[in-house]
Amino acid sequence: MTMKASTRQVDGVTIVDLSGRITLGEGSVILRDTVRELIGKGNKKILLNLGDVNYIDSSGIGELVSAFTTVRNQGGELKLLKLTKKVHDLLQITKLYTVFDVKDDEAAAVKAFGR
Amino acid sequence: MSRNRVSYTLDSTLETVNSAEATASKMATEAGFDDDEVVKISMAVREAAVNAVLHGNAYDPSKKVTLAFERTVRDLVITIRDQGKGIDLNAIPDPLAPENLLKTSGRGIFLIRSFMDEVEIHPSQAGTEIKLVKHVHGSAAGGKEASQ
Repeated sequence: MTMKASTRQVDGVTIVDLSGRITLGEGSVILRDTVRELIGKGNKKILLNLGDVNYIDSSGIGELVSAFTTVRNQGGELKLLKLTKKVHDLLQITKLYTVFDVKDDEAAAVKAFGR
Repeated sequence: MSRNRVSYTLDSTLETVNSAEATASKMATEAGFDDDEVVKISMAVREAAVNAVLHGNAYDPSKKVTLAFERTVRDLVITIRDQGKGIDLNAIPDPLAPENLLKTSGRGIFLIRSFMDEVEIHPSQAGTEIKLVKHVHGSAAGGKEASQ
């Protein structure tokens, strides 16, 4: 059950569609490499679509935090889209739900990025 | 009181982490826990296994991880032991403190404590042993145990 990541552009925002598990090892590495590559190419508005991510462990949480701070330190914005219940609950108990800007609707999420 | 105990000795690899999680999921399901509880138990075991493999044994191929499951009438008890230097519990920061929220690590033990009913951590110079307990209640208490 590996993780997959694909990217697409919508109105200047890079949407990363993730699926599978973000856990220690491959899943975390794919997320890290994807975000670093986007930043390297100058994409600073990143929306991580977690709608098909059914499992995240503490390493995966750490990788989400790392992605958030990496993008922010480059003057960009990173938001989360469509959390599954499991991921939502995890972000709640770790108090990260208040750190991330979490959206449920893709179009609204894209509009929420600064111009 | 019926008791069922099974233990495994595993290498210090990422495969061990995945195997521990999968075995915990199977054991918890067989014990009659519901889906949400199974996920919590298997995640707690995964986090403990990550600590054992990554922080305890530091992927040292000469060091092993011991994983044991015990099913009693009242509890599912999981014990994970490594052969590392022993975790320093005082060195683990509170992951919920505002200054730590954006740290990229340090949430494993917090998640374990959040998901299990009882957690005992016993560090020593010979390694760390962590004991995870989930009480069997509701449908789980009257499930598979009743037929054993």
